Amino acid sequence: MPINDEARVGFYICHCGHNIANMVDVTSVAEYAAKLPNVVLSRDYKYMCSDPGQEMILKDAEVFKLNRIVVASCSPLLHENTFRNATAKAGINQFYFQMVNIRENASWVHEDKELATVKAKDLVRAAISRVVFHKALEKKKVPVNPDVLIVGGGISGISAALNIANAGKKVYLVEKDPTIGGYMAKFDKTFPTLDCAACILTPKMSAVLKHPGITLMSYSEVAAVEGYVGNYQVKVTRKPRYIIEEKCVGCFACIDACIFKEAKFSDEFNEGLSKRKPVYIPFPQATPQVVLIDDKTCIHFKTGKCPQSCAKACDRNAFDFDQKPVTQELEVGTILLCTGFQPFDAARAPYYGYGRYPNVYTSLEVERLVNASGPTGGNVVLRDKTRPKSIGIIHCVGSRDEKTNKWCSRVCCMYSLKLAHLLKEHTDAEIYNFYIDMRTPGKGYEEFYDKLLNEGVHFIRGRVAEVSDWAINEHEKGKLVIRAEDTLIGMVRRIPVDMVVLAVGIEPGKDAQDIRRVFNISCSNEGFFLERHPKLAPVETFTDGIFIAGACQGPKDIPDSVAQAGAAAAQALALIDSGFVELEPNTAFINEELCCGCQVCINLCPYHAITFDETKSVSHINEAICKGCGTCVAACGSGAITQNLFEDQQILSEIYGLLVE
Amino acid sequence: MNASSSDILTQGLTVKLEADLDKNFGETIAREAHGEKLFGCIQCGNCSAACPLSVWMDYTPRKVIAMVRAGFKQEVLSNRTVWLCASCYQCTVECPKGIKITDVMYALKREAIENKVYPKNFPVPILARTFFNEVKRTGRINEIFLLTIYYLRYNIFKMLGYASLGMKLFMKRRLSLFEKGMSDKKEFKAMLNQ
Amino acid sequence: MKYLYYPGCSLKSSGKLYEISLLAVLKRLGVEVEELENWNCCGATNYMSINESYAIEITARNLAIAERMVGIEMIVPCAACFMGFLKTQKYMESDPVTREKVNDLLNKAGLSYTGKVKIRHPLDVLVNHLGTDALAKTAEMPLKGIKVASYYGCQLIRPYATFDDQWNPHTMDDIARAMGATPVDWPLKSRCCSGSMTSTMTGIGLRMNYVILKEAKSRGADVIITACPLCQFNLECFQGKISRKLKEDVRIPVMYFTQLMGLAMGIPAKQLGLKQMLSPSLVLT
Repeated sequence: MPINDEARVGFYICHCGHNIANMVDVTSVAEYAAKLPNVVLSRDYKYMCSDPGQEMILKDAEVFKLNRIVVASCSPLLHENTFRNATAKAGINQFYFQMVNIRENASWVHEDKELATVKAKDLVRAAISRVVFHKALEKKKVPVNPDVLIVGGGISGISAALNIANAGKKVYLVEKDPTIGGYMAKFDKTFPTLDCAACILTPKMSAVLKHPGITLMSYSEVAAVEGYVGNYQVKVTRKPRYIIEEKCVGCFACIDACIFKEAKFSDEFNEGLSKRKPVYIPFPQATPQVVLIDDKTCIHFKTGKCPQSCAKACDRNAFDFDQKPVTQELEVGTILLCTGFQPFDAARAPYYGYGRYPNVYTSLEVERLVNASGPTGGNVVLRDKTRPKSIGIIHCVGSRDEKTNKWCSRVCCMYSLKLAHLLKEHTDAEIYNFYIDMRTPGKGYEEFYDKLLNEGVHFIRGRVAEVSDWAINEHEKGKLVIRAEDTLIGMVRRIPVDMVVLAVGIEPGKDAQDIRRVFNISCSNEGFFLERHPKLAPVETFTDGIFIAGACQGPKDIPDSVAQAGAAAAQALALIDSGFVELEPNTAFINEELCCGCQVCINLCPYHAITFDETKSVSHINEAICKGCGTCVAACGSGAITQNLFEDQQILSEIYGLLVE
Repeated sequence: MNASSSDILTQGLTVKLEADLDKNFGETIAREAHGEKLFGCIQCGNCSAACPLSVWMDYTPRKVIAMVRAGFKQEVLSNRTVWLCASCYQCTVECPKGIKITDVMYALKREAIENKVYPKNFPVPILARTFFNEVKRTGRINEIFLLTIYYLRYNIFKMLGYASLGMKLFMKRRLSLFEKGMSDKKEFKAMLNQ
Repeated sequence: MKYLYYPGCSLKSSGKLYEISLLAVLKRLGVEVEELENWNCCGATNYMSINESYAIEITARNLAIAERMVGIEMIVPCAACFMGFLKTQKYMESDPVTREKVNDLLNKAGLSYTGKVKIRHPLDVLVNHLGTDALAKTAEMPLKGIKVASYYGCQLIRPYATFDDQWNPHTMDDIARAMGATPVDWPLKSRCCSGSMTSTMTGIGLRMNYVILKEAKSRGADVIITACPLCQFNLECFQGKISRKLKEDVRIPVMYFTQLMGLAMGIPAKQLGLKQMLSPSLVLT
C-alpha cells in the first residue's frame, strides 16, 4: 500500500441509524481501518452528520494532529459539503477530505452482512490510500452577472419575470410567439374559482410590457448559449414580423386594408375554429400589441405581386417587407426556462374519432368555444351551428396510457369539471364525464368536484373504448355513440351525444429536446426537463445557474406553475445577491511544456471550455467553464492535461487500495 | 322495458342503452327523500361496508345509489336490496357526504310499492303493508293479530314454524290476544282520513 | 320531577317485561311517570316504507297530546318509538312544508304541536338526570363478578340521539357498573339485530342474531342487556332455534337493562318478570 509519511488520517464510520449498521459490521470496519497505514485514529459513530459527529472531527484533529479526514457514510451528494466544512473548521484544507459511500454502495444494495462488510472495508481502504496523496486546493470565486434571461412568456415566465424585475434586476424575456400569455390566454375561466383567465392574466401581461426592468423580446428564439454560471453569453434570434415594432400602435388599419377581404387562413389562437388574414394580431389583448405578417400566406411573399395595400394604409410607415432574422447578443448571469408544454395531439387516439367526426373537439377548442371573445362569441354551437343537447367529456385522452403517455397530466380532471360546468351553463345540455379516477388534489378542488356532482352533471367511471356514429336504434341515429363500461354499476353503456370533448393531456413541448441541447440540461424519460432533485431541488437543473419552472418540468396547473416560477425566481435572486459563485477546483489544467498543440481536446470538450492559444501554439482550459468531466485528460496523447482531485497518483493509489489488501 | 332495443345486437347482452333509462328517476327519489343529495355521492362504498345486510343484497347500497342517479329504475325497484334494508342507519351516520341513505331506501320502498314492481310474494313489503293497515284500523299494533294476518297473506305454512315459540310465549303470559286499545279512535281516524 | 310516559305497542305485548321492570325500577328511584292519554302506534319502520307523511302525522299526534297534557319531558323506552319521535321532530323543525302540513292536520283534529316536548330515553334519564352515583346507592345487592354485554341495537343511538356516544355508547355500561357488575367491551354493541327480519327473511334474521350472541359469549359475557323490545325479543326468543339450526350453543341470558337493575336493587324476580323469561336465567353468584 502506498505510503505518505506526512499524512495523519482520521477515519470515521457512520451507523446512519440502522441504515448502514444493520448490514455492515461498523465496529469491525473501524477496527480494521485503525490498522491501515497512515491511520492515526478510527472511530464509529451513530450519526456522523449530526452536530456532535462533526464536533468530534474538530476535537480529534486538534488532539491527534490529524491532517487527512475520511468519512464512510452516505452519498457525497448529501453530505460531502457537511464534512468538507467540518474539515475546514478543524483547520485542515477541505480537499484533504475523502468520503466513502457505504450506504448506497454497500448496506442498501446487499443482503449478506459478511460480504457487505468486506466490501465496505475494500472501499474504505481505497479512500484512505487515495486521501494521503490529496493536495490542498482552493475554490475559485467568480462574480455573477445580475441580469437574468427568462425563456418562455406563459404564465410561469411572466410571473418569474415580474418577481425578478420587482427585485430590481434586469430581465430579458424571450417568447417564440408574437405575443406573451401562453396557453392561459386561451382559457375561458380558471378552476376552481371560475375567475376569468383573461381578467387575471392580461394585467400581468401589460405589467411585463411596461416594466422598466423587463426587455420583452417576442417572436424570438434563443439560438445559442455559451459561458457558465454567473456569466452566460446568449444569442437571441428575432424573427421578422415585417413590421417595425416601435412604430406600430396596433390600430389594425392595415388588417382592414389587406387585399384578402375575407379572412381565410386558420387562426392559431382560436385553435383553427376561425380564420385570420396574412396580416394579423393574434388576439385583442396581445402583448406587445403589434401586428405581424405571416410570410407563408401573404401574397407579397408568395408571388411578389401584391399592391401592399396594408403598408399603404399604415400612417406610421411601420411596414418593412425586407426585414430579416436578426441575432442579438445578451450577457446574463442566470437563466430561467419556462418553455411550457404542448397538448396531446388528439389524432393519436384514433378510437375517439378526432378529425373523423366533426363534432369531436379537443378541450382547448372548447375553451375557445365557451369564450366570449372566441370564434362564436361564446355561443356554444356545433360545426353545423346547432346547439348540442348532450355532451360527453372524455378524461385521460393521451394520459395514463402505455400506448401514448404513461403519466397523469394532473390538470385534466379539474379542467374537465370546469368545462362541464361552463358547458352546462352555456347550453343546459346533458353532460357526461367519463373518468378513470377522479383526481382533485388541490385547494378547493375536491369542493369543486362536489359542486359539479350536485349540478346535474353525470359521472361515469370507466375509460371510453370508442366514439362512433354506429347507431343501433332510433335514439342513437345521427349521434356520436360513446361506449364505456360503467364500472360502478357493472354494465357496459352506450351513450349517444351530440358533442364529444376530449380532455387532452400535457406532454413535453415539441422543441423540448432542442431547448435541452441549447441550454445543456437534461430531460427525464418522458421528455420533461429534469430537475436536480425531485423533492429538494425542484427548480434547479444539473447545470448551475439554469433554473426551470412551469409545465416544462412536468404537468402542472396555473397555481403550481406560478408557485414554481416564484421558487425559480428566488433561486436566481439568491445566486445573484450572493455576488459570486464558488467553483469546484476539480478542473483540468494543461502543462504548456508538454502540450503539442494537436487540439484533439478542443473538439472533445462538451462544455467548450478549451481554446487554442495561437501565439503559444498550446491549448488553454477556462477553469470557470470546465466541469471536470475528465474527457480531455483521458484523450491527451502527450499526457499534458492533469485534473485536480483526479491526478494519476491519486487514482492509482485508490485502485491499489481497492484491489490489494 | 327494452322498448327501443329491438335490434338483436343488444339482446342478451349487458349493454345498457340510454333510451331504456328513466332520466328523472334520480331526481324523483332525491325529492322523495327530502332533497337528499344523492348526486353528491362519491361512490366510496362506505355504506356497503357498514351495512350488516349488504352481503345478502343483489346490489350493494353504493351501487343502488349509482343506479338510481343514472336512471336504472327497473333494476333498482325490482331487486331485493331495498327490502333488505333494516333501517339501522349505520350507513347514514357513516356517509362522508352526509347522505341519509336510509331515507333513500325508504323512498325506494315507497316507489316500489307505488309502481307495484317489488318481487312477488316477497315477505318484507307484505309485513309492512299489514302493519300499516293494522295501525290505520286500530291505532295500535297487537302483535298476535299482526303476525297472523301477515302469515295468512304471505304463507300460512311458514307460520307453523313459529307455533311452538308462540305457545311458549303465550304460556309465559308474554303475549295476549286482547290488548287495551285506544280509548278513543275517532279523532285518530279523522286525522288519517283527511 | 314527573315525566310523561309513552309505552308504545311493544311494551304492551311482546315487550311487556320491559314495561314491568322499567316501572318497578323508576318507582324504586322515586321517578314519577304518567302514561300518555289515548296514544297511538308510532308507525315504526314499516310506516316509513309505505307512507312517510302518515308516519310523521301519527307521531305528531302523540306529541300534540303530550303538549296538551302539559308534559315537557316524555320518557320513550322503545328504541323504534324513540327514534320515530326524534325523526318527526327533526322533520318538523327543518322542513317548513312538512311542518305546515302536519300542523294543518292536527288543527283539524283539534290538536296543535308547537315543538315543546322533549323526548327522553330511560337510559338518558337514569344516567344524565339521576346520575350513576345516585343509582349506585340503590344497588342493595351489587352484582359482583357478573360480566355484562350491553347491547344497544341500532335506532336507539342512531341517527338522531344525542344522549350517548353514537360510535361507542356507554350509558348501559355505566349503569351496569353502578349496579356492581363488570361491563364487557365488545364491538357489536350497536350492530343491527335485523329487526322484523326474523319473521320475514328468517335465514338472514337468525344469522344476524347468531353473530351477536356468539360474540357476546366469546367475550365472556354472562348476560346480554338490551334497551329495545325487538332486540330483546330476537336475541332471547330465537336463541334456541339458532342454537339448534347452527348446531352451536349460543344460549345466554338476554334481559332488559331494567331487569338487571331491579335484581341489584333487590326487587323480587317476579316483579321484574324474570319468571317469564325463555332464555336461561342469570345465575347470581
